[in-house]
Amino acid sequence: MNCAEIQPLLHAWFDGELDSVRALDVERHVHDCSGCAGAKRSLESLRTALRSSNLIYRAPASLRDSIRASVMATSSSGSSPATQSASTSPGAGSVSPAPRGSRSAEQSPDLGQPSGGGLGSRGEGDRPRGSGWLWKLLALGATALAAAVFFVRFGAISEREQLATEIVTAHVRSLMAEHLTDVASSDQHTVKPWFEGKLDFAPGVKDFADQGFPLVGGRLDFLHGRPVAALIYRRNKHLINVFVWPAGETREPGAKPKYLRGYSLLNREIDGLHYCLISDLNSPELNALADLLASK
Amino acid sequence: MALTQQQTQFEELVMPHLDAAYNLARWLAGNDHDAQDIVQEASLRAFRFLSGYQGGNARSWLLTIVRNTAFSWLKKNRPAAIVRIEDETFEQIEAAGSSEADPSRVDASVVRTALESLPAEFREALVLRELEGFSYKEIAEIADVPVGTVMSRLARGRKLLQQYFHSKGEK
Repeated sequence: MNCAEIQPLLHAWFDGELDSVRALDVERHVHDCSGCAGAKRSLESLRTALRSSNLIYRAPASLRDSIRASVMATSSSGSSPATQSASTSPGAGSVSPAPRGSRSAEQSPDLGQPSGGGLGSRGEGDRPRGSGWLWKLLALGATALAAAVFFVRFGAISEREQLATEIVTAHVRSLMAEHLTDVASSDQHTVKPWFEGKLDFAPGVKDFADQGFPLVGGRLDFLHGRPVAALIYRRNKHLINVFVWPAGETREPGAKPKYLRGYSLLNREIDGLHYCLISDLNSPELNALADLLASK
Repeated sequence: MALTQQQTQFEELVMPHLDAAYNLARWLAGNDHDAQDIVQEASLRAFRFLSGYQGGNARSWLLTIVRNTAFSWLKKNRPAAIVRIEDETFEQIEAAGSSEADPSRVDASVVRTALESLPAEFREALVLRELEGFSYKEIAEIADVPVGTVMSRLARGRKLLQQYFHSKGEK
């Protein structure tokens, strides 16, 4: 690689964001080229300066206290989940003007006013706090009831729940930096053969970029005690893991979508293989991908 | 007094990342008082939108809310801070050749001023990368821009800083 090719990659390389192949190319070039080595040194000394100049601010203890106080007050104030406008999520209620710990009562006027569904005005008028205990009691009761219903329906954690939890964990772990793919390619002719010799089955791999689900790559993963294939797709900004293993090895609740910790899960059996799709994508779109996987 | 489910979730998802939230708010707002207001408002928004939390990186999720709150505040109170720098300016800086300044030998207060002098979006990228250690992907999520834009903001932000040190005659 020459300097012109290295230039645009230098910062990404410096930040550890390049894949290992290109990183090695850049490293080799920088080692041999005094100009680029100088640029690298400049970046290093800039980084040193930024990290050693005491530039990191930390939240004052009074701020922590006053945020906690506001949150406690919000939960126990007289507002019920249903009274908020449709744009806010249920359960949070409106913000009561809790005092801000050691801070003065003067609010910065710029932030005090709501803007279409924003915070209620702070420091103006008091909501009666005496009725708070009743709502708290009801909230506790509702939580207890929900927990009881959960346990009555599902009993102890079943094998299916365990697998679902395992899948969520594997999905989240894969989203952490540098761990998403073992083979990063949108070419099915690169990804599919990559699995050969690594698995005792052959996952079908197809790129659906034309339909809005580009293939990002593949990864070897481990679920319910055996190696599985993970195919990674993208839909706009959402990433989808499709875990594949031979059909018949796990008990399946059917094709109904599941939700766990904010993720949608979908299971399908296609051509003797089990596919489990997981994403923070909404389930109609996840279904669309499942349909694509099932099509010829 | 037992905590509600939401309060527990808030304790687990938001409170551990309050320092990172404050650091970002402080670097965007430029002073303690406004930074505290921003973090207070953002935290309460986070509390209200807990059910919108989709799992995954809680720190990124919170900082997205903080940065949106901060930029709304900036647009309203200090729009000059979000100034755009023309591509031509960067081309001129490139053409002028690389500076010889060694910022690691520079006084901390000068480094601080240099970072404060950057337009908000470059400052944000550098704070998230250099001070908080976020990856390009995480910064892209927080700032709601493509990874390429993150890369470009970092490269240009760094260039501007080097230019600043050079112009201050630091050798």
